[in-house]
Amino acid sequence: MSAALYDDEPVPGYPLPIRSGHSSPGRLERVLRDGHFAVTSELAPPDSADPNEVYNRARLFDGYVDAINATDGSGAHCHMGSLAVCALLTRLGYSLIMQISCRDKNRIAIQGDILGGAAMGVCNMLMLSGDGVQTGDHPQAKPVFDLDCMSLLEIARTMRDDSTFQSGRKLDSSPKVFLGAAANPFVEPFDWRPQRLAKKVAAGAQFVQTQYCYDIDRLKQYMHVVRDMGLEKKVFILVGVGPLASARAAEFIRSNVPGVYIPDSVIDRLKGAEDQKAEGLQLCVDMMQQVREIEGVAGVHVMAYRQEKHVPELVERSGVLEGRTPWHPDLYEGDASVKQQLDSNA
Amino acid sequence: MYTLRLWSVKNARLMEVIYAAVEKTLIAAAPLLKRIGYERLDKPVAAVEKVFKGALFDCQMCGQCALSSTGMSCPMNCPKTIRNGPCGGVRADGFCEVKPEMRCVWVEGFEGSQRMRHGSDIQVVQFAVDHRLKGRSSWLRVVQEKTATDDKNPMEAKS
Repeated sequence: MSAALYDDEPVPGYPLPIRSGHSSPGRLERVLRDGHFAVTSELAPPDSADPNEVYNRARLFDGYVDAINATDGSGAHCHMGSLAVCALLTRLGYSLIMQISCRDKNRIAIQGDILGGAAMGVCNMLMLSGDGVQTGDHPQAKPVFDLDCMSLLEIARTMRDDSTFQSGRKLDSSPKVFLGAAANPFVEPFDWRPQRLAKKVAAGAQFVQTQYCYDIDRLKQYMHVVRDMGLEKKVFILVGVGPLASARAAEFIRSNVPGVYIPDSVIDRLKGAEDQKAEGLQLCVDMMQQVREIEGVAGVHVMAYRQEKHVPELVERSGVLEGRTPWHPDLYEGDASVKQQLDSNA
Repeated sequence: MYTLRLWSVKNARLMEVIYAAVEKTLIAAAPLLKRIGYERLDKPVAAVEKVFKGALFDCQMCGQCALSSTGMSCPMNCPKTIRNGPCGGVRADGFCEVKPEMRCVWVEGFEGSQRMRHGSDIQVVQFAVDHRLKGRSSWLRVVQEKTATDDKNPMEAKS
């Protein structure tokens, strides 16, 4: 497939004209609304002030993802900020999902970031409550939590649709963003999870990315209820997947990372393998293919923490893109500024 | 007190009835309250609320009580003060990711809401907290709102 999936984009990769019924000029929204099975991934922001670190990490995904999540102090650990990562990468035309956590900023700072992000070409924003500071590397920090994910979604939606701050003060130009949220079907209280998704949709979520899925049966049960409620027609659901490096790593994650559920069967399968790492990748490929078959699932979100270089392989082997090549800067040679940026960083 | 807090959620239906009665009484007394002056009454009433709600719910005096929409489990006891929980970090046994020794206030709240007549209020999105109201009386605020507009759902937090 050619570089330009859409022929009405002024410069491939850069914000597109907003189609009727769309919220954003973003590629991700188009891909989802056009019914393509979307692939997103997550960029671990560097502990560095060097922009090349960010460029190099993004390039790993070239041609395999429709959008890249820029995490915002994930796990309550300090890294380069999501707004800055977005600023660097939108300049090269990448499609970003800017994560915004309620843990570190109050509503004044966050609303400013929403405007700033949109001004820099961020078309997708993902609203999170955020992990508690106690789980991170600065447990002595002040947890802000002026908002929660739900009120943040509500505020962002109001900024976009009513063109006002939460205070009611008018904006001169509203942020045209596709709004996302997180969902976790894999933890208690299970009965409440689909209802909580409905609540997020009511607050403004247009797409959700789930926590890591290692329990396909639980996901199927969740999606069954979601379909009964008709939610899959109101929100695009991208299921989180990721490779486990070994049985030991899986056991560590299971007991130390709240919110990630890994069943015994997965750990046994890894333990029984000759090459645990290869088995972990195969397990992820299998999961992507199984997820692809579930009615109402709109895409996968590949979180390959410390295994980012395997993302292309995982996407390729799973076949979920069905031959489609998402845009990436190298595909477009006519854009001198993109070329220059990439060459100078090579 | 944690044990009493859990008891209150277990008895969410009873609490709902008591709350409705308190609200009814206060609304009946509204003309008198108005004559004395809501501002003047705020401190003493807030002090009473702090004692009762503090004992029964570990109330943090946010000043915009949402208990009737949260299964009688006070959301301000969530370490992230999430007003629309539960978050995605709930442990397998229903305990909190941040404080592993505490039951998730939203797991509790969800159970509490199922015992209540108007438990489905838990599905309504609660807007952001107004931090100016911290420490003030929530009851008087409800009475003022209810008598001013006859709002059907006065306990719902307004942004």
